[in-house]
Amino acid sequence: MSKTITIDGLTVPFRDGQTIMDAALASGVYIPHLCHNPEFKPHGSCKLCTVNVNGRNAASCTMPATEGLQVLNDTAELNDERRALVQMLFVEGNHLCPSCEKSGNCQLQAVAYYLEMMSPHYNHFYPTREVDASHPGILLDRNRCIYCELCVRASRDADGKNVFGLTGRGMATTLIVNSASGRLGDTTLAVTDKAVQVCPTGALMKKGLAYTVPIGRRIFDHHSIKDVQTGGGHE
Amino acid sequence: MYRSDSPGLSRLLTPILQRHGRDATRLLQILREVQDACHSVPAGAIDLVAAHLDVPRVNVEGVAGFYSFLSAHPAGEYRLLFSGNITDQMLGKDELMQYLCNKLWVEPGRLSEDGLVSVDSTSCTGMCDQGPAALVNGWPLTNLDHNRLDLIAELIRSRKPVADWPPMLFEVADNVHRGDVLLGQPFEPGAAIRATLARGAKETLAEMDKSNLRGRGGAGFKTASKWAFCHAAIAEEEGGVICDVGGQPERFIVCNADEGEPGTFKDRVLLNSHADLVFEGMTVGARVVGASKGFLYLRGEYRYLLQQLEAVLKRRREAGLLGGNILGQTDFSFDIEIHLGAGAYICGEESALIESLEGKRGRPRNRPPFPVTRGYKGRPTVVDNVETFACAARIAENGGAWFASIGTAQSTGTKLLSVSGDVARPGIYEYPFGVTVRQILDDCGAQGRSYAVQVSGPSGTTISWKEFERKIAFEDLPTAGALMVFRHRRDLFQAARNFADFFAHESCGFCTPCRVGTQLQKKILEKIQSGHGTASDLEELKRLGHILKTMSHCGLGSSAANPVLDILEKFPDMYESKLKAFAFEPAFDLDGALETARKITGRDDEWAHL
Amino acid sequence: MSERSGRGPHPIPLPHPQGASPPGSRCFAATTARQAGEGEGEAVSPAGDAKKIRIATCSLAGCFGCHMSLLDIDERLFGLLELVEFDRTPLTDIKHCGPCDIGIVEGGVCNAENVHVLKEFRKNCKVLVAIGACAITGGIPALRNNLDLWDCFQEVYCYEGGLECGQIPDDPELPLPFDKVHPIYEVVKVDYFLPGCPPPADAIWKFLTDLLNGREPKLDYEMLHFD
Repeated sequence: MSKTITIDGLTVPFRDGQTIMDAALASGVYIPHLCHNPEFKPHGSCKLCTVNVNGRNAASCTMPATEGLQVLNDTAELNDERRALVQMLFVEGNHLCPSCEKSGNCQLQAVAYYLEMMSPHYNHFYPTREVDASHPGILLDRNRCIYCELCVRASRDADGKNVFGLTGRGMATTLIVNSASGRLGDTTLAVTDKAVQVCPTGALMKKGLAYTVPIGRRIFDHHSIKDVQTGGGHE
Repeated sequence: MYRSDSPGLSRLLTPILQRHGRDATRLLQILREVQDACHSVPAGAIDLVAAHLDVPRVNVEGVAGFYSFLSAHPAGEYRLLFSGNITDQMLGKDELMQYLCNKLWVEPGRLSEDGLVSVDSTSCTGMCDQGPAALVNGWPLTNLDHNRLDLIAELIRSRKPVADWPPMLFEVADNVHRGDVLLGQPFEPGAAIRATLARGAKETLAEMDKSNLRGRGGAGFKTASKWAFCHAAIAEEEGGVICDVGGQPERFIVCNADEGEPGTFKDRVLLNSHADLVFEGMTVGARVVGASKGFLYLRGEYRYLLQQLEAVLKRRREAGLLGGNILGQTDFSFDIEIHLGAGAYICGEESALIESLEGKRGRPRNRPPFPVTRGYKGRPTVVDNVETFACAARIAENGGAWFASIGTAQSTGTKLLSVSGDVARPGIYEYPFGVTVRQILDDCGAQGRSYAVQVSGPSGTTISWKEFERKIAFEDLPTAGALMVFRHRRDLFQAARNFADFFAHESCGFCTPCRVGTQLQKKILEKIQSGHGTASDLEELKRLGHILKTMSHCGLGSSAANPVLDILEKFPDMYESKLKAFAFEPAFDLDGALETARKITGRDDEWAHL
Repeated sequence: MSERSGRGPHPIPLPHPQGASPPGSRCFAATTARQAGEGEGEAVSPAGDAKKIRIATCSLAGCFGCHMSLLDIDERLFGLLELVEFDRTPLTDIKHCGPCDIGIVEGGVCNAENVHVLKEFRKNCKVLVAIGACAITGGIPALRNNLDLWDCFQEVYCYEGGLECGQIPDDPELPLPFDKVHPIYEVVKVDYFLPGCPPPADAIWKFLTDLLNGREPKLDYEMLHFD
């Protein structure tokens, strides 16, 4: 007999070694997330996947599932707090959707739609961040970086290149690339690298494809990220 | 400034790199020395270090950018960092810093035009009992006043090497005003190890258990349990169990001397005058859990203690109390290495400390697994506070029952308190647990009518004069050791602001709620300070505080709103007296935001103002 | 539509005390409420003798695209006009806003004049709605927030092609720009947000009919857009 946890009252089976997020996704239960990607080692930085486990909050992407855990996920309170985190991500960077080629395919935006974020609520920081267009095939726009480190993990663990990293601390945290010049064009990054594909926002984008699919016909224009990431409206 | 192919840079760095070898865990130690040699960590040095250690350049740049004491841009031959704790501020730090800047013709935070000197603020340097304090090139300056700053400015202008400055500028007093079992009784080096060896490791763990010693870093986890978990832990890696030493996993003992909580300076005194007690506690711990290697993680601000601590270690090795075959016991080898921090409060969090020990950015790990099962290099690791190890040595020497007879039921033993602020005799007070705040205030000569006490630093609790009968104990007021006293008429809003700035500066930036939330909190307090706050801003502070508390990755974020909300709750007038009566005020200074355009256009008409 | 996390102490904040009633029981809902029929193609009920709802609109640092989208509700406009009358809007050419029930503001705040207009709206409108990406995030005009204001002036008045002996004007009639463009909620209290660049006509229609019928406005998934 398999081990189980409950998520919002629903019994969800898990295997040893799985996190709450793993178990949830396998059963088609959506827990909002941005820094998590099942292909990579859990990170736990965006905190959107915070759930209440036996009365205490924990990031579901890093919390191991253990027999009988009572998990609360889709509650008004947690969704309020998650919305606040998304709003924080919006104001700390420069996320101006109408001018972004990723709009409609952007997970940050999609999670905001899912959580019915009507405004960024907090006062904007409007930070000055660098855009790096030095690579012939890839654009790095730090204005849209949310420090999920998916590119860092993908380049290190899947591409074996260590093209990306973070420097700075706190609000001064910055995505950097592995070249003495600091320019993306001087790194070994290739257009086919996994690191280029995993960015949840428009921080890392392949050049030349921006509007091949027009606005209005993109994934999240019609499909909730919940359905996209759980493979259809399983409740 | 320096390129990696610059022969000057290479000549400067080669001895540093050779001394540390190719061990990547030495990265932070290497970068500290690069900073000393170059007054910055230039891009060229990053290339050289990365090549030498054979690690990606991004990793080196990432570490160099994380720690406050490492700077990408030149910080000057003389780098002065004023301690920015609220107690330093109450002693006139802001005015003194400006005074020195004026004397040296520099702007705060900027390098002088000749590249000679920079003056800036830093987080609490742990000299609150003898502030205002500062660091010059990492060395502590205490009891600063105009006379001393006149002298310092003269020394800098005449380019006198810091090593040749008058020693009185660097005097650091212990200021122990009340000693008990830790500070008040003599200790003979080796006594605790001898007792441990005579009793046996298992039996010593039993004594630790009986003593009910709880961690002195503030969290209060039972030390015996931590040691037992570490002893029992099997080191696992994905795919298998690790066996390092004779079929056993390697285990580590780490002493957390990253005493960064503002207002706390007791570990400074323990390490200065009772280092044997601390090292002995670590050695006892090593015997109990089966560790052969230990680290003392010493905060960068305490680098002035490094040399004398190394001397103590040397003496202990010579006395057979460290190294191979301790006290002739062939199956007992243990040695201690000291790592220096470089200005990052977060490294006081045990898993961030371990990351830092491994030479990485000090970012708290995801837990579980906890360090007792997967710590340093993935091996079972005990991380305990300096004072905890000192207590452990006493317990090994005198037994658990003796220790448990001191203090209260849930808080056995004594507690070292670092008392500062509006008191006549700031310094260290050791009390049995259970002492009331009022008793402490009486003993330290609290000035005038005390109004509020910040217990356990910014991340602790603010208590009002109504609560002075409360007791220092895990069951009432747990504390890592700081007690900052505020007299009547102190503007506690300034304390809230100081602490909010501190958390925003020290947030590691890993998780969203803390990285952004501490900034938002800081900005709201700035808005209130500037006279534009409204009642809705207070509601926003409360909501932010809730998000910080419930969503953050580690204790820094979850406690970052404590002083802001405590002061709001207990001293609402401190905020409300600064608020506007309106329901809403703009987020930014409307007229101020037109200033640039006024300058560009040369306009000053009615429509050019708001 | 107002976020559950209100900016102020009240969950559904309204600037005037008499308007501070929960959604569904607003003053203008009482005269026009149609409780049934929340489905597709809903119309607003005729107001009869009741006083019409007065609406003002304006565009600050915006492109009037949101206004175009409003006009895009096509023939539904006729039904709307049964219920509402317009105060200051680009359609009526009324220069200053009088007391209104609803103020709809497009565009962000980029200069001093925007602040005067916005404050006039806030003062006169019981309910203030931010419509479109610019009013809510600064939008496209906020792309200049990363540029130095001096460079912007130079580019526009001195270096732009076709200019001869260009110089930066100091005429008081020209609105003076801020260092940065801000969303309107950073300057005045905003009650509702309707995102989109522009919000689709159907979203505007849904929003208005909800509001006029005294319901908490709620958009279907495909109506909520930031682009």
